[in-house]
Amino acid sequence: MILRRLGLGALGLAVVAAVALAAGPQAGILVAIGIGYGLVLEGLRFGFAGPWRLMIVERDARGLLAQLFAIGLVAAAAFPLLAANPLELAPAQAPIGTGMILGAFIFGAAMQVVMGCGSGTLVNAGSGNTIGAVALVGFVGGAFLGTLNGGFWASLGQLPLISAQSVAGPSGGLWLTLAGLALVAGFLLWRAAPGKRRPPARLFVAAALLAGLAILNLVVAGQPWGIVYGLGLWGAKLVTAFGGDLSTTAFWANPVNATRLDQSILTDVTSLTDIGLVLGAFLVMRGKRDPGAPPAPLALQGWVLVLIAGVVLGYSSRMAFGCNVGAFFSGISTGSAHGWVWFAAAFAGSALGLKLRPFVLIPARRQGVAA
Amino acid sequence: MTRPRVALLAIAALAALVVWDAAAVGLPEPFRFPAAIALGSGAAPSGAHCTAN
Repeated sequence: MILRRLGLGALGLAVVAAVALAAGPQAGILVAIGIGYGLVLEGLRFGFAGPWRLMIVERDARGLLAQLFAIGLVAAAAFPLLAANPLELAPAQAPIGTGMILGAFIFGAAMQVVMGCGSGTLVNAGSGNTIGAVALVGFVGGAFLGTLNGGFWASLGQLPLISAQSVAGPSGGLWLTLAGLALVAGFLLWRAAPGKRRPPARLFVAAALLAGLAILNLVVAGQPWGIVYGLGLWGAKLVTAFGGDLSTTAFWANPVNATRLDQSILTDVTSLTDIGLVLGAFLVMRGKRDPGAPPAPLALQGWVLVLIAGVVLGYSSRMAFGCNVGAFFSGISTGSAHGWVWFAAAFAGSALGLKLRPFVLIPARRQGVAA
Repeated sequence: MTRPRVALLAIAALAALVVWDAAAVGLPEPFRFPAAIALGSGAAPSGAHCTAN
């Protein structure tokens, strides 16, 4: 087992070195950060969709409190960094709008249906969860499709960009954000069932490690941790490979996005951490004595519905200006008001998604069909 | 299908995407690599983020 783990460690280092040689030291570091995300999320069982489900179903606030703790830690470092280096570092901020709120609500529902959010779907695929792997295929397609309709969703109405910094300045904005997190934490502690209020040490360690990686992400990439952009880019790459012309679309004609499309995936900072995340989850799964049983097989229509739910997950994440990572985690921790609205809408959507889950994850045995 | 097999398929698909893409558009020029760390580089962030449309 030790030899296998050493081998897996060597594999991870080899991938980092290969990417650094092929695309430069920044790319290598970002893949290493991504591997770190995967190790923490899978190895310490830190998630987003699962804890939200536990809060809704069992009034278990521990996982969600750990998420808020991690966001607070990132904010404490990110606000001063962003204020001192406005030319080199950018926050994850987006406008609040009708389409954005609707997208976050749908995303929250879809992530409960496929049992994985943006990061969760990558972790699930990397750790060999068939539902996650199928959902990821749909996610890539949906995130691409979502880039084609951004103008429509924006036309439904949106506010100017609002951030904690624009409301209260850099220092005041940080205190406002920390106060908001404390307020939500207090509400969760009030609503939580007895014995389900104090996160275990494992979750505090995971939250601290995740926060450290997210701060490194900001410092190295110049922008916060994200997931969805990379997946949409992969979809766009595949479309162009089959002869699609995206130069007439508003999103891909934008010089920033056109550059990403014309250059290697290894130049896209989000793709690099996404790839690392999948690999990190894979390393954890292979490093376990027992990788665990695969999820129960689904009926054929169940697999089709998971694929469709993945498409919805990807599409809605574009409507919502990000997923649980780009909008919720990175948005709130870098001052975006849309991150807070995303949180409320996606949490409400999660409650609906939990009700829909049994209609999507149809077990094979119910129909006697081997999946 | 076992977890290791599904995970290997996912990793293989990702690897295939990266290799195919590198063959199609080429790898970045070594002398035009971005700074290893954005902070202190003096350069504006050139990446795109999911919060931008």
